[in-house]
Amino acid sequence: MNWQPSAEMHALRSRARMNQQIRQFFAARDVLEVETPVLASAPVSDPNIEPMCTSEQRWLQTSPEYAMKRLLCAGSGDIFQIARVFRRGEAGRRHNPEFSMLEWYRVGFDHRRLMDEVAELVTQLLSARYPQLPRLNLSYDEAMKGYAGLDVHSASNEQIAVLGQQLAGQDLQLSRDGWLDVIMSHQVEPSLPADTLVFIDDFPASQAALARVSNNTEGVAVAQRFELYFNGAELANGYHELTDAEEQRRRFVQEAGGRPIDEYLLAALEHGLPDCAGVAMGLDRLLMLVQDSGNIADVLSFDWSRA
Amino acid sequence: MLDGEPCSILDNEYVKPGKGQAFNRVKLRNLRNGRVVEKTFKSGDSLEGADVMELEMEYLYNDGEFWHFMATDGSFEQHAASQEALGDTVKWLKEQEIYTITLFNGAVLTVAPPNFVELEVVETDPGLKGDTAQGGNKPATLTTGAVVKVPLFINIGDKLRIDTRSGDYVSRA
Repeated sequence: MNWQPSAEMHALRSRARMNQQIRQFFAARDVLEVETPVLASAPVSDPNIEPMCTSEQRWLQTSPEYAMKRLLCAGSGDIFQIARVFRRGEAGRRHNPEFSMLEWYRVGFDHRRLMDEVAELVTQLLSARYPQLPRLNLSYDEAMKGYAGLDVHSASNEQIAVLGQQLAGQDLQLSRDGWLDVIMSHQVEPSLPADTLVFIDDFPASQAALARVSNNTEGVAVAQRFELYFNGAELANGYHELTDAEEQRRRFVQEAGGRPIDEYLLAALEHGLPDCAGVAMGLDRLLMLVQDSGNIADVLSFDWSRA
Repeated sequence: MLDGEPCSILDNEYVKPGKGQAFNRVKLRNLRNGRVVEKTFKSGDSLEGADVMELEMEYLYNDGEFWHFMATDGSFEQHAASQEALGDTVKWLKEQEIYTITLFNGAVLTVAPPNFVELEVVETDPGLKGDTAQGGNKPATLTTGAVVKVPLFINIGDKLRIDTRSGDYVSRA
């Protein structure tokens, strides 16, 4: 029976310091710290995220997104939260089923302006280990073309599936987006330049989740969504938020797959979400970078195996 | 079990794109031929477990087609290995020696020799008297048919200690 922490004491101090830095960063920008319920009556709708449920039929939050959006609808203005979130089955060297997420929303920002703020915060948080952090902005198309030789818009489903199967070593019977995920995670992510903040935006409209969809300069519909990658790890995922309640309900119903739908959020969106951008960032991954660790257990007081 | 072949998992990494399908990138070693393959699975997919076990067994005899082994745990359980299962271990086979047998569905999958075996020389050039220190070597054929490089002073009838992992001569036994 190993009762000892999985993290060393210096890693715990590093976490405390990071939380302080985050609070200072947002205090200086007048962004309000909030807390929202960990246990909610409805779970996330994303079918790729598996929520945990208590015996009282309450769902452990997989991100504080829905409740924070309700606060925005109620007129909170800019808000942030350092939340504990829970995702069933997500365990690995970079995943723990319970983990810490920083999520924040900026009223009047679009995703591009929020990317700048993300870069600013991450540069501060990593400055001890990476005094210089170059930044690279790529669209999803540019990343796929540059690092996987794939022209996403002209490629047929078959071409994408063939490349995906080569990388996976077998046919996983995936959709077009599923195979694109394989190509992104197996080929593109590991090839991105090292020690560089790489922002990828303009995702395919089919991968919009809760982001707005607009036409890019070539007239192709793309999601106003971004991801931040650093040294092969995904650190943050942000949106220019969808404010259309009708469209949101349509996407919820389409992907819910039997899960309850969060009617509170939909009612709040009907009342009106201010034009805003929001982002979620994995704090444990950032700490792994600060601590130069290859295992998330090194930055958790007690990892899943000894929690 | 992967494509009907028993495998052991060397590494399993969970990969989850921000908003997409989760995968596991798995490194597997085929227990039959030792080959390592990398494959990606959808998270939550399951593979059939392989009914594999390892036993310490003593080599008894060869009946012309199969090689017979007996468990050393007092059960006297016996298993017969085919030429395919025996593989290169045939070069290091000696009666009463203990081998590690991997059983798959009750049949012998592989036979692993101990790290060192002692075998007798049946053929080699005559030994050079007095030459016990200088370098140089020559081939020697052992009772099993294996050919190893040995120092010049080794004679027919000498018992040699061989490292089965490299096939190298270690010393006179």
